[in-house]
Amino acid sequence: MNFSNGEALLNLCQQDNLPISEEMIRREVELTGKGRDAVKKQMAYSYTVMKTAAQRAVKGEIRSMGGLIGGESHLLWKYNSKGRTVSGNLTGRAAAYAIGMLEVNASMGLIVAAPTAGSSGVIPGAFLAVQEEYGFSEEQMTAALFNAGAVGYLITRNATVAGAEGGCQAEVGAASAMAASALTELMGGSPEQCLSAAACALANLLGLVCDPVGGLVETPCQTRNAIGASNALLCADMALCGINHLIPFDEMVDVMYRVGRSIPSELRETALSGCAASPTACRLCHR
Amino acid sequence: MKEISVFDVIGPVMIGPSSSHTAGALKIALLAGKLVSGKIVRADFILYGSFAKTYHGHGTDRALIAGTLGFGAADVRIRDSFDWAKKYGLAYSFHTNETDRDVHPNTVDITLENENGVKTFVRGVSVGGGNCRIEKIDGISVDLTGDYTTLLIRQHDTAGVVAYITSCLSDKGVNIAFMRLYRESRGQTAYTVIETDGDIPNDAVEKIRLNPEIQSAMLVKI
Repeated sequence: MNFSNGEALLNLCQQDNLPISEEMIRREVELTGKGRDAVKKQMAYSYTVMKTAAQRAVKGEIRSMGGLIGGESHLLWKYNSKGRTVSGNLTGRAAAYAIGMLEVNASMGLIVAAPTAGSSGVIPGAFLAVQEEYGFSEEQMTAALFNAGAVGYLITRNATVAGAEGGCQAEVGAASAMAASALTELMGGSPEQCLSAAACALANLLGLVCDPVGGLVETPCQTRNAIGASNALLCADMALCGINHLIPFDEMVDVMYRVGRSIPSELRETALSGCAASPTACRLCHR
Repeated sequence: MKEISVFDVIGPVMIGPSSSHTAGALKIALLAGKLVSGKIVRADFILYGSFAKTYHGHGTDRALIAGTLGFGAADVRIRDSFDWAKKYGLAYSFHTNETDRDVHPNTVDITLENENGVKTFVRGVSVGGGNCRIEKIDGISVDLTGDYTTLLIRQHDTAGVVAYITSCLSDKGVNIAFMRLYRESRGQTAYTVIETDGDIPNDAVEKIRLNPEIQSAMLVKI
């Protein structure tokens, strides 16, 4: 059964007594005419690609095409393994994987746009760290990706996930909302809690601009992916403990879209303002 | 409008760094390459807007060459596509046009030449998320995305040709999703673009080519 907003999705979940991930699998099967196993297998492959890339990045140095980033995830990984961090081990690992994905991406490696290439670190970062911590199976992680896909589909359909249209809040913000909802389901939360976590994630990153230095998907994109991942962890925990986000998911999607349209174009991927226009960025770009 | 699949959102699986500047650019060149019959020996690119400004750091140039060579968006050879071009005997050039502001920011003009010296011109726009739109083929304004199996036909603008084409397809049980007609001027060359849900069998295309009013029929599948 198809659904066009969060409310309709929650109604479906309630009616069928199924989690969001299962409703999304059913939708995909109906939409494409592909078999259930084929659809799940394709998603399992996407997760393998994410995992391979993130684990490669934290192991060693990768240089980007644009030359602004490379090797940061390895540094953070080594630092985490010493066991004394400010943000905690799980968060640190999520961040290391997230920024590592952006290194792979910027070096023309194989990644999964989720929902975009510029935000491709958020979901793998949050997912891998949580899987390692709690020992979830590949099948559970694959199902969780369908949950994330449901949230991403609704944001794509009813707002945008393009930085050029909605700023970074539409890319990393959307990815963070997708991850927050998926982690909530993974940890046993209800569909309502999932969308509350997603709404919270969107609200927390609301207004975030897209200001890539040199127009490249490197800085500040890389560390913003770490923020997207850690925001997802926190939003999932807040939803799971029973905090309900005041503004419902559908309204938050609409709010994010309207805020995006009111961000000046200089701060929507054009590299004309924000970090991209800082003296240091300008010096680097004229080099 | 195509329904959004979960794999449009968690996906595409692609070579980075940018779905619009890398994967989308590749798809334009891939589609352009499919419009050329025979071996492509030369590719000339003109990049506009954001493509012109950032193509190097985004690997847009490598992606365009990779697409021309028929590589997919997840092909690890994209990074080394210049070497592959040498290996396949493909000459290429890149130029930028930053003065023309009347185009979408991620626009590329591609001129491909085959071994017989026949040139094909394509203007494509990368619209985000690895998707693209072909806006022009040779002199004609068109609108196709490559998301469907696409049949591109060049024909003489005269009565009965379109009826002949659709009957060739319906004989094979092909359901047409979208169909558009374009022409240069009345009674001259016209183009038919047909997008279908399922596959189009080759013998249907062969039969379409038999009609003397049809100059060419090209099947584009990604």
